[in-house]
Amino acid sequence: MTHYVFKLFITGRSPHADTALANLKHVCDTLLDDECSITVVDVDKDPEQAEIDQILATPTLVKEYPLPQRRIIGDLSDIEKVKKALGLGY
Amino acid sequence: MNETHAIKKLRTGILGFDEITEGGLPQGRTTLVSGTAGSGKTVLAAQFLAEGIQKFGETGVFITFEESPEDIRRNILSLGWNVTEWEADNRWAFVDASPRLGEEAIVAGKYDLGALLARIEHAVKRTGATRLAMDSLGAIFSRFEDASVVRTELFRIAVALKAMGVTAMMTAERRQEYGDISRFSVEEFVADNVLILRNVLEGEKRRRTIEILKYRGTSHHKGEYPFTILPEKGIVIIPLAAIELKQRSSAVRVTSGNNRLDTLCGGGFFRDSIVLVSGATGTGKTLITTEFIAGGVESGERSLLFAFEESHEQLFRNATGWGRDFERLEAEGKLKVVCDYPEVAGLEDHLIRMQSIIEEFKPNRVAVDSLSALERISTIKGFREFVIGFTSFIKHKEIAGLFTATTPTLTGGASITETHISTITDSIILLRYVEMRGEMKRGLTMLKMRGSAHDHDIHEFNIDGHGMHIGDPFRSMAGILAGHPIYVDPEV
Repeated sequence: MTHYVFKLFITGRSPHADTALANLKHVCDTLLDDECSITVVDVDKDPEQAEIDQILATPTLVKEYPLPQRRIIGDLSDIEKVKKALGLGY
Repeated sequence: MNETHAIKKLRTGILGFDEITEGGLPQGRTTLVSGTAGSGKTVLAAQFLAEGIQKFGETGVFITFEESPEDIRRNILSLGWNVTEWEADNRWAFVDASPRLGEEAIVAGKYDLGALLARIEHAVKRTGATRLAMDSLGAIFSRFEDASVVRTELFRIAVALKAMGVTAMMTAERRQEYGDISRFSVEEFVADNVLILRNVLEGEKRRRTIEILKYRGTSHHKGEYPFTILPEKGIVIIPLAAIELKQRSSAVRVTSGNNRLDTLCGGGFFRDSIVLVSGATGTGKTLITTEFIAGGVESGERSLLFAFEESHEQLFRNATGWGRDFERLEAEGKLKVVCDYPEVAGLEDHLIRMQSIIEEFKPNRVAVDSLSALERISTIKGFREFVIGFTSFIKHKEIAGLFTATTPTLTGGASITETHISTITDSIILLRYVEMRGEMKRGLTMLKMRGSAHDHDIHEFNIDGHGMHIGDPFRSMAGILAGHPIYVDPEV
C-alpha cells in the first residue's frame, strides 16, 4: 500500500481551514486506508514556509509523495476533483 | 470630515512625478498603474522602490505575479540599480508569486489568497518596508479562475497595507491605449488612485505619456505628460504644464554679440529672455548664433551651443571665417559646443540630455541651431512640449537663450517652428532675402521684443570676414516681409 505524504497550507483565521482538514482526513480514511501523514502549516504562524513553497492560496494541499508532486487548491469539498487530482477512483 | 486635508502624500523621488502629482503618491494608500504591454509599468513600480531606498532611506517589497524575480532583478540591474546588494541588506525583498513552471493547480472547493497576504505581511515586517509594488495583477487573474475571489483578496491586501501604513503601487494591463481602465475592472475594487501609462504611435513616432486619471480626495495636475526611460535614471517625466511660470523677469541686459544689434534692441537682450531668429537657409542665422555665443564669452560669460545641423569642424570653420576663434574659447573652458544629429534620439531624450549638459556646464547663455531640425523628429504636440519644457528650464536658471528656425521659402513666409513657438519666445528677429534690382540683399528686423522699446525698421545687412554688419533701413520699399518687395515713391 502506498504511503501518502501531504502538506496542508491553511490560514488559521479562515473558515475554509477546518473544512479542508476534515475533508482531507475523510479522503485518507475512506480512499487511502489511512496510509497518510499530514503536516498542517498555518501560513499566519509560518509565512516562511509559504514563501519557500511559493503558496498563494489557502487552503492548498501539496501531495509530496508519491511523486509527482501535486497541488490542490480549495477546501477539498469537490471530492471528484480531489480524487482525480490524486489519481484515484478511475 | 474633509478628506482633502487628511491625505498626506509620499514623495516618490521619481523625476517629474512629484510635480505632476503635487507631492507624490497618497501615503498609506494603494495606487493602480494601468497600461498596455511595454508601457513601462514594471519600471515605474521598481523605480518607486529604488528611489525610496536611494533618496529617502526607505525599504521596499516587490511582489511579482508574472516574471520571475531573476528576470526582474536583471532588468532592474540594467537600469543601474544594485538590487542584489539591497536584497542582501534587507532593504529590498521579493515576494515570488510568479507561476511555477509545469505546475497547474487543481481547484477543488473554496479558497482565498490568505497565504499571499501572510507572505506580504511577513516581508513588510521583516524589512520594515514603507513602500510596496505589485506587478502585475493580470497574471494572478489568469491563474485563479474565480475573478471575484481575486478581487476580494486584493481588496483585503490593500486594507492590510493601509493598516501597516504602506504606500503601494499595483500594476495592471489594459488592452488599448484609450478605453477601459484595466482588464478585470480591478480599479473599482482596489484603488482610489489610478495612473495610466501610454505608449502611443503618433505619426511614426513613439510617445510615452503618463496621466493621473483619479486621485481621490487630493489635487493633481490633469492631462498626459510625456516621459522617457533612460539607463541609470529610469523613468523621467517631463512635467510641462506643471512647470511653474514664476521666473523672475530680469531687467539686466546682455550683449547679443553685435553692437549694432544691441542698439536696435534698445541696449541688448534681456538676461533671461528667449530670442528666436527666423530666416531662410543662408540668411545668417548661424552667424547671429556665432556672434551671440562668442559675444557672451568675450563679456566674461559661459556659452553653450547645441548644433543640430552642422558638424563641429564646420561650425568652427564658419566661426573662423567670421573672425571668431571658437577653438581658443573652447580651450579656455568658456565655450562648449555639442553637435548631434536630431535623429539619434527621441525629443524627450534630447531634452533630458540637454538639461543635464546645462546642469553640468552651467552656462550663462545657450543657443540652439536649429530648432527646426528637432521639429523633424517629432509631432507638433511633442515639439511644442519640448520647447516649453526647454525654455522654462533655461529661464528658471536665468540663462539667456537664442534659438534659430529655418523658413521653408527663400523670401518671406513664416517657418512652422515659428508658428508653434512664437508665443513662447520673448523676442523674434527676422532675417529675409530681399530682391532689389536683380540683386539678392539681406534684411533684418526686430519683429517683437517683450518689455522693451526696439527698432522697427527693416535693416539691410552684409556679411564679411568680421561678421555681420547691420546697415541702414531699406527706404522706399514695401512688402519685404511678405516676400514681394515693391518700390514706393517717398515723394508721394
